[in-house]
This record gives sequence, structure tokens and C-alpha cells, in this order.
Amino acid sequence: MMSYIISGMILLAILTGGIGGNMAAVSTAAMNGCGQAVQLVISLTGTICLWSGVMRVADRSGLTDAMSRMFRPITRFLFRELSEESPAMKAISMNMAANLLGLGNAATPLGLAAMKELEKENRRAPAASQAMVTFVVLNTASLQLLPTTNAYLRLAAGSKEPMEILPAVWLASSVSIGVGVLMTRLLAGWRKS
Amino acid sequence: MDFINHFIVPGIIGGIFLFGVARGVNTFDAFLEGAREGLSTAVSITPALICLLTAVAMFKASGALDVLSWGLSPLAQAVGLPGEVIPLALLRPISGSGAMVLFNDLLAVYGPDSFIGRVASVMEGSTETTFYTIAVYYGATHVTRTRHTLPSALSADLAGILMSGVAVRLFLGAI
Repeated sequence: MMSYIISGMILLAILTGGIGGNMAAVSTAAMNGCGQAVQLVISLTGTICLWSGVMRVADRSGLTDAMSRMFRPITRFLFRELSEESPAMKAISMNMAANLLGLGNAATPLGLAAMKELEKENRRAPAASQAMVTFVVLNTASLQLLPTTNAYLRLAAGSKEPMEILPAVWLASSVSIGVGVLMTRLLAGWRKS
Repeated sequence: MDFINHFIVPGIIGGIFLFGVARGVNTFDAFLEGAREGLSTAVSITPALICLLTAVAMFKASGALDVLSWGLSPLAQAVGLPGEVIPLALLRPISGSGAMVLFNDLLAVYGPDSFIGRVASVMEGSTETTFYTIAVYYGATHVTRTRHTLPSALSADLAGILMSGVAVRLFLGAI
């Protein structure tokens, strides 16, 4: 599915770039884009290692167990096919906690750790398990309680009430998450592979 | 607000380490073990990121975003979204940094407390960089068939985008 998106973007880029006379820019962008990706990985490597390390410390001291007990009412509903003691549950709970706090830098490494744990329990390999699909869809939606960067940019742009958008953000994200989770359930039977 | 924010990350890292020490965990060893795994994760997501970011860079440079936005703006108005926020809605799932720049421009041009500024704020705050997340998360595994991940995630995005107009009208009015 991602193949269509990537190919579609490249095709659109070549079509509009060719018609609009932007081909030189598209060509430069292709060469720069791949380099930027590597630079991004290098800066990400630091945060991935940091949070994976911190997570392991939390694991050893029993903190992740406590965290996964806290999230159990939600995770039990969302990830029915996982057992409660599954190591994936701990990583998922840590990722959710980081997302709620708005710690995007920590959420991604913890999410990747969760994906690796989910893969160990994946009986559908090389296709994604239902738990993987649900988990990724949750992370493509916004779970952040306080959109602080957003409010900061609003403040910097001269807003009188940078936080006035909060109820609207909560409503929009809740509907978005609800629709996402509903769709993972509705489409689960579709495209069995 | 800012004050609390600056304490969160150091507080969490410090708290976890101190708790570990108190529990008699060899924190340094545990950290190294986790970080070593993190290193291989970073390597495993690299190919997916290169592929995605190259396509995104080409897409952004080509002007395709303007063409798509122009084509979609009548549709946007029909569902109660100002046409000005359509480029943001289209770029948000593809590029987080690109969307941030667009968002900032919208705030500067129309004002953060205008209808357009508010809808843009809610849209930016209630959605995530979908394609990046899918590429990176599955990039860390050996999964080749993502099944219904993308259709579900895009439905969630669409719901968030449509709801941003509705929610702003509901809570803050239509001007």
C-alpha cells in the first residue's frame, strides 16, 4: 500500500514539475532528500538509543510493569489478541504515556521497541498482525493532551488566547482516533493475507 | 507552562535512573543493553526513511501541492473548511516539518485568532505525520504487507481534518 503512495508522489512530482517547468528543483530535491534522510537518522539515533536505554532501566526496576498495569483498561480493549503479560504490552504502554505527555522524541523510539516486540508474537508474518495495525494507526493519530508546540507558535504569532483551541483539538483528535480504531476493526477481515 | 515543560524530560530520565539505583538495578549495564538495541533499530529504519523523504522532497519541490490544493478547494468549501488550510491538510500526513512551516505562515498571514488561524491550529494539533509513522514503524520490522494500516490511518486523518472545521465552529464560532 505504501508503494502506491510513494510511487504516486514521485509520479505527481514529475508530472507537475515537467508541466510547470520545475524539473530542475525536483532533480535537486531528489538528490538532497536522500541525504537529509540520513542526517535525520543520525540525529534520531541519539534519541532512539537514549530512550531505548532508559526504557531498559525502567524495565529492570519494574516501572514498565506498573505502567502497563495503569494502561491495562485501555490496552485490554485495543489489543485483545495480546496477553496481559506480553512484553509488547509494556512497550505499548510506555509509548502511550510518552504520546500523552507530548514527548514525541521519546514516543517514536518506544514505539519502535513495541513494534519489535509485536513482531516476535506476529503469527501472520510477513503480513502485519491486527495488534501492529492498531498500534501504528494509534501513532498516526494525535494522542497528545496538551499541544504545547502548537500553543507556543500561536503565542509567538500574537494570539490573545493560545490555549483556546484545546477543546476543539480534543474533540477533533478523539473523533479521529475513534474513526481510526473503528476502521482497523471493520477492515480486519478485508485483504486477508 | 514552559517551566514545567523543561522539567519533564530531565525529570523522567533522572527519576527512572534513581528509582533503578534504589531498586538495586545495574542501571549503566541496563542502559547499554537497551541503547545497543536502539542502534540496530536506527539502522533498520534508514532505507524506509530514505525512500519516503526522497519522494516527499521531490513532491514538495514540484509544486504538486499547489495544484492539488487548487483542485480540492471547492470540495473543501463544500464541507465547511476554508480553502486556505487545504495545503496544510495535504502536507500534514506527509511532512511534519513542512506542515509546521505552512502552519506558521497561515498564522502570520491570517492571524492566530482568525477562523482560518484557528482551524489551522486545530488541524495541526489533532493530526500526525501519518506516512512517516507508517514507514518508520514498519521499517523497524520485517513486515512487508501492512494490510489495512494505511486505509485506517487515512480515514482517521480525514476525520480529524473534517472535524477541525466543525470543532472550531462549535467551540469558538464561525468567524
